[in-house]
Amino acid sequence: MLKTFRLGGVHPHDYKISRDAAIRVFDVPASVTIPLGQHIGAPATATVQKGDKVRVGDVIGTATGFVSANIHSSVSGTVTSVDTVPDGANLRKLSVTIAVEGDEWNPEIDRTDTLIKECTLEPKEIIARIAAAGIVGLGGATFPTQVKLSVPPGKVAEALIINGVECEPYLTADYRLMMERGEELLVGCEILMRALGVEECYIGIENNKPEAIKHLNDILAGGSYHKGIRVVPLKMRYPQGGEKQLIAAIMKREVPSGALPIDVGAVVQNVGTTYAVYQAVQKRRPIVDRVVTVTGKSLAHPSNLLVRIGTPISSLIEACGGMPEDTGKVINGGPMMGRAMANIEAPVTKGTSGVLLMDEKSSVRGTEMPCISCAKCVDVCPMGLEPYLISKLSRLGRYDRLERERTADCIECGCCSFTCPSNLPLLDYIRLGKAETMKLIRARQAQAK
Amino acid sequence: MDGTLIYTWTVVILVGLGLVAAVVLYFVAQKFKVYEDPRIDQVEAMLPGANCGGCGFPGCRGMAEALVKNDDIASLYCPVGGASTMQAIAEFLGKAVAEKEPMVAVVRCGGTFCNRARINTFDGARSCAVEASLYGGETGCTFGCLGNGDCTRVCNFDAIHMNPETGLPEVDEEKCTACGACVKACPKHIIELRKKGLKGRRVYVNCVNQDKGAVTRKACAVGCIGCGKCVKTCPFEAITLENNLAYIDSAKCRLCRKCVAVCPTGAIVEVGFPARKPETDTAAAATTQETKTAAEGGEQHA
Repeated sequence: MLKTFRLGGVHPHDYKISRDAAIRVFDVPASVTIPLGQHIGAPATATVQKGDKVRVGDVIGTATGFVSANIHSSVSGTVTSVDTVPDGANLRKLSVTIAVEGDEWNPEIDRTDTLIKECTLEPKEIIARIAAAGIVGLGGATFPTQVKLSVPPGKVAEALIINGVECEPYLTADYRLMMERGEELLVGCEILMRALGVEECYIGIENNKPEAIKHLNDILAGGSYHKGIRVVPLKMRYPQGGEKQLIAAIMKREVPSGALPIDVGAVVQNVGTTYAVYQAVQKRRPIVDRVVTVTGKSLAHPSNLLVRIGTPISSLIEACGGMPEDTGKVINGGPMMGRAMANIEAPVTKGTSGVLLMDEKSSVRGTEMPCISCAKCVDVCPMGLEPYLISKLSRLGRYDRLERERTADCIECGCCSFTCPSNLPLLDYIRLGKAETMKLIRARQAQAK
Repeated sequence: MDGTLIYTWTVVILVGLGLVAAVVLYFVAQKFKVYEDPRIDQVEAMLPGANCGGCGFPGCRGMAEALVKNDDIASLYCPVGGASTMQAIAEFLGKAVAEKEPMVAVVRCGGTFCNRARINTFDGARSCAVEASLYGGETGCTFGCLGNGDCTRVCNFDAIHMNPETGLPEVDEEKCTACGACVKACPKHIIELRKKGLKGRRVYVNCVNQDKGAVTRKACAVGCIGCGKCVKTCPFEAITLENNLAYIDSAKCRLCRKCVAVCPTGAIVEVGFPARKPETDTAAAATTQETKTAAEGGEQHA
């Protein structure tokens, strides 16, 4: 029997329309807008000013503090402004705008396609290179990778888990990466294993991607890679790509409430991140571009594009056949966890895994009806929470009680809203409650200090 | 045993038990007696009994306890009862209360449907708190009113309502007690408690946008662009400019309305004044008329 996680979960149709579209290099746009806060944690500090000349891969923002990441220029040209620009959520964020002139790269970067397998660097050096390259979790959470790889004293990493699950419907960016950059990906796994000092690595892939499972197994059968790397086929189920769910599925270990994966000896990295780690360590190439799935049922050419960071999302839609007339929402990310965009002129950032054009009919929310206490949301919650209760408390403003209900554990997967027969906006209120709970917890921690 | 005997014994035993329990309870009550100042009940009766929390206590009982127990009650104030209630309580308790001017909730946003173009549609839960936690809002202004009416739902006095024509909440000054519930509920911190003013006359900046002038201007017709003209004009130094936003200190404002006349966008509004006579100062009056027309949507009529 195939492995999967224990609690909750749903089975949305996977709609992987763009699965056979090979990764296409998207043209460099005329100008890019690169936000300084593309990751969880403090936004980077700008190191360029208006009028400065930059090359591809030059640092334009340095990490501010421990949980932060460097930002690099994705194009060569002149900085036209360092100012606030509206992002996809219509909030103004400090960004660097660069007018493109030519395509001159930082000479330190190795741009060839040759596979470099050998890596003899010390773990510290590997982590330093990853930090320098500004790598963050490319699955969408954008947590700085060097922080995840720095195992705190007293804790031991036992296994590395590579997340190739891509459980969000529609998205195929990780799938294409596994199919087309398999060798590089496996070298990336070896580098990460070296950095963590672990001998075991599991690549979790759901069984709706049999080609990817076979492809990676074929490469591994060649025998030239670390013997500890294994592909683990998983039963298709959402949200298997959640860090804690994946650990439960592969290692049969539950991450306790409030704890981190490292507490059960696991470190999880997305395939996109692993590929970026290969690029950063072996080729000294920072994150200047990423694979973005542009998809939708009515879209003329659903594609997987290799896009420079900072490219306006509207231009990607244009390149895939233009916005279909029946578009109801443009979603940044997948249909389950992604957020509807208020501004499609917003740039592609490190966390943009997909752009989904949802048609009017499937994007409309049903009429809200009263809760009938059917407890379907409780059944599907992968964290074992009571979504109806958290949502209700949050709606009533009872933020003091939310902490006891483990609201901070919510992974915002959206299973509860997806399954609710009364069309209640459960997740909307839970997100609000979670934000307020986190504020209370942080305030208490600050006071304790 | 015949029936009468059973009845008699039943009554005797039960009455006996009752007497014993009564005696025990009486002594226990004497022993563990908690003294409560009888004035607390009396003060509570004098308070409005709205239990709105506007004083900072969970309800009127908490306020009454504090009023009786604290020697210095100058910092305590019941916004619902107002000065008359506080005066009566002060006389009753023989303590001094601070004089406070009556306040009123003021919605500082003029972003009506016609002043502020909608650039997207929010499809989530109809709550300002939720909308604010998710994104910047339906307009180019990320500071202004979101229009889902969280403030109207928390009002205990039916004093604030959404105007469907403008999409903004309006305060009923007659009913508003300045309890501050709406101020706390607004996630954008638009609502402020301001002095009700003499004859209900007020001058205030009807905007909370902190963006740079060009951005604000693009997003809203009546936004404060932080030009600073009002600051220079004010003879009483009542206006300060911070983060591209002017603020009028109602303690210093003498209601001369010079700022209203110079504001280029009509972000400063006057409330409760009689219509200006054209012969007093033709030029100034003309400008005011213009600005007033521009600000009309956001103005609250007293």
